[in-house]
Amino acid sequence: MIFHPGILALLLGSALTSSMLCYCAYEGVRIIRCWDIRSGSERQLGLERRTYLVSMVMSYVLGFQLLSLFLFIYTADTLSPLFVGAMCAAGSLNVNGFGYPALILKIVSCLLSGLWLIVNFTDNKAPDYPLIRTKYWLLLGIAPFLLAETSVQAGHLLGLRPNIITSCCGTLFSIDANTVMADFLALPRLLSQIAFFASIFITMALGLSVYLKAKGVYSFSIASFIHFLMSVAALISVISIYFYELPTHHCPFCILHSEYGYVGYPLYLAILVSAVSGLGAGVINPFRKIDSLHDVIPRIQKLLSLISILANSLLVLIAGYGILFSNLSMAAY
Amino acid sequence: MIHLQNIRKVFNAGRPNEFVAIEGVTLAIDSQGATALKGPSGSGKTTLLSILGCMARPTAGRITLQEREITSLPERFLTEIRRETFGFIFQQFNLIKGITALENVMLPAYPNGENYVSLKKRAMELLDLLNIGGKATSKVEWLSGGEAQRTAIARALINNPAIIIADEPTAHLDTRLSAEFMEIMRQLKQEGKTILIASHDPIVYESDVIDRIVEMRDGRIVSSGDVP
Amino acid sequence: MRALEKQRNILDFTLSSLGRRKGKNIALVLVYTFVIFLLASVLFFSHSLKKEAALILQDAPAMTVQKLVAGRQDLIPTHYIDSIRQIKGVQSVAPRLWGYYYDALSGANYTLMVNADLNDRAGEIVIGNGVSWRSAAGKRNQPLRKNEIIPFKTYDGSALSLKVSGLLPFASELVTADLILVSETDFRKIFSIATGQATDLVLQVRNAKELPVIATKITQIHPDTRPILREEILRTYDAVFDWRSGVIIMVLAGVFLAFIILAWDKATGLSAEEKREIGILKATGWETTDILLMKFWEGAAVSLMAFFMGIFLAYLHIFLASSILFAPVLKGWSVLYPHFRLTPYISGYQIATLFFLTVIPYTVATIVPSWRSATIDPDSVMRM
Repeated sequence: MIFHPGILALLLGSALTSSMLCYCAYEGVRIIRCWDIRSGSERQLGLERRTYLVSMVMSYVLGFQLLSLFLFIYTADTLSPLFVGAMCAAGSLNVNGFGYPALILKIVSCLLSGLWLIVNFTDNKAPDYPLIRTKYWLLLGIAPFLLAETSVQAGHLLGLRPNIITSCCGTLFSIDANTVMADFLALPRLLSQIAFFASIFITMALGLSVYLKAKGVYSFSIASFIHFLMSVAALISVISIYFYELPTHHCPFCILHSEYGYVGYPLYLAILVSAVSGLGAGVINPFRKIDSLHDVIPRIQKLLSLISILANSLLVLIAGYGILFSNLSMAAY
Repeated sequence: MIHLQNIRKVFNAGRPNEFVAIEGVTLAIDSQGATALKGPSGSGKTTLLSILGCMARPTAGRITLQEREITSLPERFLTEIRRETFGFIFQQFNLIKGITALENVMLPAYPNGENYVSLKKRAMELLDLLNIGGKATSKVEWLSGGEAQRTAIARALINNPAIIIADEPTAHLDTRLSAEFMEIMRQLKQEGKTILIASHDPIVYESDVIDRIVEMRDGRIVSSGDVP
Repeated sequence: MRALEKQRNILDFTLSSLGRRKGKNIALVLVYTFVIFLLASVLFFSHSLKKEAALILQDAPAMTVQKLVAGRQDLIPTHYIDSIRQIKGVQSVAPRLWGYYYDALSGANYTLMVNADLNDRAGEIVIGNGVSWRSAAGKRNQPLRKNEIIPFKTYDGSALSLKVSGLLPFASELVTADLILVSETDFRKIFSIATGQATDLVLQVRNAKELPVIATKITQIHPDTRPILREEILRTYDAVFDWRSGVIIMVLAGVFLAFIILAWDKATGLSAEEKREIGILKATGWETTDILLMKFWEGAAVSLMAFFMGIFLAYLHIFLASSILFAPVLKGWSVLYPHFRLTPYISGYQIATLFFLTVIPYTVATIVPSWRSATIDPDSVMRM
C-alpha cells in the first residue's frame, strides 16, 4: 500500500458509505418483515420514522459515491508518476487487476443508488407507500454492488506498489492492443461519431415524446441505456481525441485535467444524469398500474424526461464544441 | 367535518409502563362551531386533541376528515393535511425565542414554498388585523402577555386553516387576557372557522362563544352536549 | 419554483437559528476549523514540497552515474567518460563535483557544488539564502551581503577565505537554501580531491526511451557503477512525501476521532430549547423532511465555514508563516531551513481529498442525531 492522503480519503469514505449501507440493509430487512401501514402501533410508527433515516442515508450515499468516483480517478492520476510507464489515471488503474473493475463498480453503484432514490421518491408520493417492500428488496439487491465496490477498491488501492511496470494510456487505449477497448477504437471514426449523435438524438426525441405525450417510456428507457454505453464508447473513441487534438490519444481520463478546461466533469455528469433519469423512468413504469401511483408516475416520468433532455443537450453542446472547434484535422487521417 | 370512531391510543404498548390514554372515543365535530373539551388534567384531552389535529395516529379506530379516511396516513401526508387544515394555539403560546414576532407568524408557511415577499405581506396583514402590527419587528421575548397571545393567534391563522385548535390557551393568562382571547375566538367563529378548545378553565367553557361541551374523564367521553 | 422558495425559506431560518445559538456552535466550528487547518497544512505542505522537488529535477540530468565501493558511493574516475560517450544514444557526459561541508562556526551543513561559470573566477562563491542568514553569525538580524567573506577550513587543515559574489534567486529556495556554488579549483582545495576524479557523472541522451538500455550498457562496461534515472528520483521523492503526509494524517487520526466524538455529542445533546423549537415547528406544519433539510443546511453551513476558515489558515500557515508547526517532521533534518517560503500551490484535488477526510466523516457522525431530533413527536409541545 502507498500511504497517500488520497488513498486514505477514498478508503475512509468507502468504509463509511458501506457501513451506512449495511445499516440501511438491516433496517430494510426489519421493514420487509414487520411493515403494516394499517397499524397505528408504536412499532409501525417507529418503522415509518426509520424510512426517513434510510432515505436520507441513501441520498448521502449517492452524493458520496459521485464524489468518490471523481476522487478515485483523480487519485489514480496523481499516483501515476509512481509507476513506470503510467502517464495518467489509465496507467495506474492498470497496475493491478482490481483497478478497472473498481471503476466500473463505482459507476454501476452511482447508477443503482440514483435509481433507488427515484423509486423511493415515487413511493413517497403515495400515501399508502405501495412500493415499500419492493424498494427495500431493491435496496438489499444493490447493497452487494456497493459492498463489492468497497472491497474491490480497497483491493486495488492496498495492492498498489510503486515502480510496477504498467502500460500507460497510450498503449492501453491504442489500436494495437488486443483488448475490448481496441474493438471500440477500431470502429470507423465517422461511423461511431454518427452512432453517438444518433443515440443522443433518438434518446432526446423519445424523451420529448414522454415529456409531451407520456408515451413510449420503455423505448425511452432502453434508448437511454444504449445511449449510455454509446457515450462511454464515444468518449474513448471519438470525443476525447478532439479535445486532445491528437488522433492517437484515446484516454477518457485526461479530459478531467485543467489543460482541457475540466471539460470532463460536466461531460461525465451529463452522461450519468442522462442514464439515471432515462433508466429511472423505465424502472418505475411497471408500478403505474397501482391506484395510488396512477397519477403520480406520469408526472415523475415527465420530470425525468425533462432532466434527461437537458443533460443530453449539455452533452451535445460539449461534444459538439469539442468536435467543431478542435484543431485536429480529420482529413489528414 | 371530523369523525372519530372507536379511537384508542396506547403509549408504551407491551411494556410494564403501558398506558391507555384514550379508549373507545367516538366523536363527530361539525364545521363552523366552537367545541370545548373539558376535563381534569390527565383525562386524555390533550391526546384526543392531538389525534383530532392530525398530530398523532391512533393505535386503533378510524378517523375521517371531510369524508377522507386518514387513519393510517403516514406522517408525511398527515403533516400536509395538518398544515392546510389546522391552526394551533398552545399553552404558553410556544413562540420561538430570539426571532421577531413577524418571523414567528411566517414560520408555519415556510414549507409551502410561498414567495417570501408575499408571505411577509400576508403575515403583516394578520398582525395588523390583530392590532399588533407595530410590534412585528420586536423579538418575541420583549412582547407583553397580550401581544404574545395575539402573535400566537396570528401564527395559527397564517395558513388560513378551517379549524383552530387551542390547548389550554388561558392556563397562564389573567382574567382580562382570557376574556380577550375568547373575544378573538368569537370573531374567528363568525368568520366561519371551526373552533376546538381543550380547557378546564370556566372562563372558556362557560363562555357564550362555546356551542358544545365534550367532557372527558380517564380517557373516555363522559358527556357531550350542546350548550343551551 | 415552489421547491426553490421552500429551500430558500428553510435555509434562511436555519442561518438565523445558527446565529441565535452562537455559543453552542462557536466551539464546534473552532474545533472543526482546527482539525481542517491541521490536515490542510499537511496536504499543502507535502504537495508543495513535491512540486518544488519536481521543479528542481526538471532541469536535472536524465541520468547520473555513480561509482560504488563496497556498496557505498565513491569518487568516480573521469576517464570513465570516454567509454560511456561511446555508447550509442549518449549525447553528452559531464563530470560533477559536489559535496557537503560542515561549518563549525554556524553549526550548519552546506551543500557545495562546482559551477562552471565560476571556474575562471577562483576565490568567489555564490550562496543560497539560508547560507547567507546562517553564516552571518553574530550579526544574525542581517544577512550576508555581496563581497563579504566566508572562511572555509580545508581538509588538509589550512584556511581558505572565499568572497561572496552573488546570491541565488528565491524561486526554489527549498533546494537552494543551503547551496554554495564554488569554482573547481576551490572545491578541490577544500576537499583535497585530486584532478581526474569527480563526485559523479551526468548524461544527456537523445531519446528518453533509450535510458534503460543505456543504463544496462553502462553497468556492463563498468560493473562498479550505479546509474540513477531522473524518473527514479522523482518517484522516490513523491513516494517519500506522500508517505510522510500519510503518516501524519494517521497520527492526526486521534485528534480527528476526538473531533468526531465532539460533533456527535453536540449533535445528540439537543438542548431543551432546541427540542421545544423543533416540536413547535413540527406541530405547526413542518414535516420531518423539512426538519432534516434544516439540519442538512445547518451541517453544510458549519462545515463550509470551518472548511474555508481551516483552508485559509492553513494557507497562511504554510505559505506565509513558514509552516512553523511541523516543518521539522515533513522536511526532514536540517538546521538551515527555518526561513524558507514555499511557492503557494493549491489544487482542486487537495481540496477534494480534504473534503473526504473531514466533511464526510462529520456528516456521517451527524446523520443519526439529526434524524433523531427531526423525528420528535409533533404533539410533544402539547405534552410539555
